[in-house]
Amino acid sequence: MTARVNWAQFIPLVTSEPSLAALGLSLRTSAASTVLCALLGVPLALVLARSRFPGQRLLRSLVLLPLVLPPVVGGIALLYTFGRRGLIGSSLSVLGIQIAFSTTAVVLAQTFVALPFLVVSLEGSLRTAGHRYEAAAATLGAKPGIVLRRITLPLVLPGLVSGAVLSFARSLGEFGATLTFAGSLEGVTRTLPLEIYLQRETDPDTAVALSLVLVFIAVAVVGISFRRTAPRLPAAMMKP
Amino acid sequence: MTFTISAGVAARALEVSLRVDDGETVAVLGPNGSGKSTLLAVIAGLLRPSSGRAELDGRVLFDYGRTVADDGRPHGGGAAGRSAGAAGPSAPFQRTAAQWVPPYDRKIALLAQEPLLFPHLSVLENVAFGPRSAGAGRADARQTARHWLVEVEALELASRRPGELSGGQAQRIALARALAAEPDLLLLDEPMAALDIAVAPLLRKLLKRVLAGRRSIIVTHDVVDALVLADRVVVLEGGKIVEEGPTRRVLERPQSRFAAGLAGLNQVTGTVTGHGIITASGMSITGPPDGAAVLGEAGVAVFRPSDVSVFRDPVHGSPRNAFEVSISDLEPHGDQIRIRAGGLAADVTLSAAAELDLTAGSVVYFVVKSAAVRVFPAKVFPVKAH
Amino acid sequence: MTGLLCTVLLCLGLAACGSAAAGNRPDSPAAGTADTETLSGTLTVFAAASLKATFTDLANTFEKDHPGTKIQLSFAGSSDLVTQITEGAPADVFASADTTNMARLSDASLLEGASLDFASNALTIAVPPSNPASIASFADLARPGVKVVICSPQVPCGAAAAKIEQATGTTLKPVSEESAVTDVLGKVSSGEADAGLVYVTDVKGAGGKVTPIGFPESGTAVNTYPIATVAGSIHWQLAKAFIDMVTGAAGQKVLADAGFGKP
Repeated sequence: MTARVNWAQFIPLVTSEPSLAALGLSLRTSAASTVLCALLGVPLALVLARSRFPGQRLLRSLVLLPLVLPPVVGGIALLYTFGRRGLIGSSLSVLGIQIAFSTTAVVLAQTFVALPFLVVSLEGSLRTAGHRYEAAAATLGAKPGIVLRRITLPLVLPGLVSGAVLSFARSLGEFGATLTFAGSLEGVTRTLPLEIYLQRETDPDTAVALSLVLVFIAVAVVGISFRRTAPRLPAAMMKP
Repeated sequence: MTFTISAGVAARALEVSLRVDDGETVAVLGPNGSGKSTLLAVIAGLLRPSSGRAELDGRVLFDYGRTVADDGRPHGGGAAGRSAGAAGPSAPFQRTAAQWVPPYDRKIALLAQEPLLFPHLSVLENVAFGPRSAGAGRADARQTARHWLVEVEALELASRRPGELSGGQAQRIALARALAAEPDLLLLDEPMAALDIAVAPLLRKLLKRVLAGRRSIIVTHDVVDALVLADRVVVLEGGKIVEEGPTRRVLERPQSRFAAGLAGLNQVTGTVTGHGIITASGMSITGPPDGAAVLGEAGVAVFRPSDVSVFRDPVHGSPRNAFEVSISDLEPHGDQIRIRAGGLAADVTLSAAAELDLTAGSVVYFVVKSAAVRVFPAKVFPVKAH
Repeated sequence: MTGLLCTVLLCLGLAACGSAAAGNRPDSPAAGTADTETLSGTLTVFAAASLKATFTDLANTFEKDHPGTKIQLSFAGSSDLVTQITEGAPADVFASADTTNMARLSDASLLEGASLDFASNALTIAVPPSNPASIASFADLARPGVKVVICSPQVPCGAAAAKIEQATGTTLKPVSEESAVTDVLGKVSSGEADAGLVYVTDVKGAGGKVTPIGFPESGTAVNTYPIATVAGSIHWQLAKAFIDMVTGAAGQKVLADAGFGKP
């Protein structure tokens, strides 16, 4: 891919107004959907890892569904849920809230496809950490809220961080659900992948250059997350 | 001011009644799988029992209502515990949660085999965790934590991370952390089991100091812990209490085979006769019965393995007891050889063992002088009804 | 000479020499023996996505008329197909939804001969059957509050829309500029958008899910569909026959039924 990049024009291509608008929108929406993923995913992962209830398998399947569904199908599902005539969307539009064709729609689409990454990663960490520390904390008089805040979350922080990073990366790359559900309008809903897809029609140079930018961001994000979650040497071993 | 529990865990066949008075340390002894840790988990609130009731200084910890099948009259709520005595031991229980206090509201701390120090907190923050959870300010909690670190002689470790501690250090910090929570009852689940043999005595000394006058229950399989730390021992076997009493008495006059084993004694149960006991299989053991032994009632005879002589051929002469046994096992025991045969043990010197040419399967005669046998009445510990 | 040619073709496993010609085409450019040939083999046709229904239909008819032949169809956006062909995809025939993309192949010398225009397609307004925004004319699309979805100017249907905007002096404020006409249609048929600009054929293909609203200005931007044989095709006879069918009476009828206009 690097061989196909028009290096002489690289900077002008990626700093053109549509490119920057798409890049900025992608970063903002991905950040927002990562936050949304954490808000929804942490309770979900806790429920899945720490309790047993009827329908738990069903809930897990539903959460993991976006992993195996084509994103376009996810977009259609979102459309018929949050769209103007959708289950929830129709109620929202009565309240004057319109989600379709808005940046909110992009964030929803990204959250939908990225949520499983956070839940799976965090649930794994929770299971690995086990509940023995939590039990110890409880016998020391810590109420569940304190246990969650001071013990559980710090213990699974690496899992949470890597889950969040993966969610961010997935949000950044989200295409199908966004295209189906949110549409494509510069600065509002046209994220970087949509811009690349569009530019490819007429301006392959820009498309390739922007693709390279996306590759760089993805590599950086995954690299950072790996460094953050890589097992650290015990401090004692690093002491002189 | 007492702690009482009477609980059943159907899934693990545990059925236990126990009382710990203020300032008392009770050791729970028993073989693996006898339900010791399950009992602690029920007391700490980490496991829900299927029946029973527990109270700590008048506070109900849990109370599971029961339905008496005979009269079909349900007892619910607080009334269940009081009316339970009338229900009888065979009353079937029905699980209805009448009352349940979660672990964090019990004021019962648990020191487990593994220290389980929170790896992301410093030693000081670990110890301050209890006070902080109880609502103390950061500075106050740290002050309390320092106090307890001094108590366990580990103040210099305050700024370390748990990953930088040795096993013994970590267990000391875990003890300080449990104590800093100011529990009304301290539970210790084999606190020395995971430690080096070299480190255990130090922690035991420390425990002896901090447990003095503190209400606690210590689960152990080490008779030394029971001797050094406990006022009273309870022997648990197969989920039931088979023996309980002051530590010294249980070790001197063990009723259960497990306690006898802990005390390092041979034990034979039977019926008290005029000059000893007679076992169910008709074997007679002579020995001076103590004053409490009643003719015709259940009795226990004990004698030390070191008082047993081993012969290849039958020996005659009195007053002696001789048992013809087949050797099941030989093992080194200090500077002697311990011979296990027919459920009994005998200690002989290496040279004697060599001279006798002992191997597993050999038939030998265990001989013990009557004067070395103690006979006392067997106490019956029925499983208490709730 | 003929024998040699047949041997070559046989070696390539592509065609057979024969006597009876199923499609008797005396004007065939083949080496004098075309009228006695039986067409056979597999022809790969790359066609614009909007041709899916009609070309599937035509391919079936063609296979029935010429037993022993098989038409392999590949549908995608015209520019996608051009890229694929440029990268060496094994296409024998290319049917584009616009002249621009055909010109790209022509410029790259990837065409066998000249292309033939075989159909045209005009834009129409598509609205949900209930027409919630009461759209009646092109100017209505510019009314504030009307959610209009069009194609992005980078793609042919968007370029056509821009041409109409220019011609009518109307400026649309779309809520979304899609990169494919099917996405525009989807947003309208699902009721998310009040109106969209799509091709007449798209409305026909959508059944009753959207209602077309014609407007006189649509004539200012009509897409012309060209078809051509790809350079280097070893099935040039078969390709010729297929193109003849598309441009002939049978093809034209099927295309007209689907809403395509005359080229």
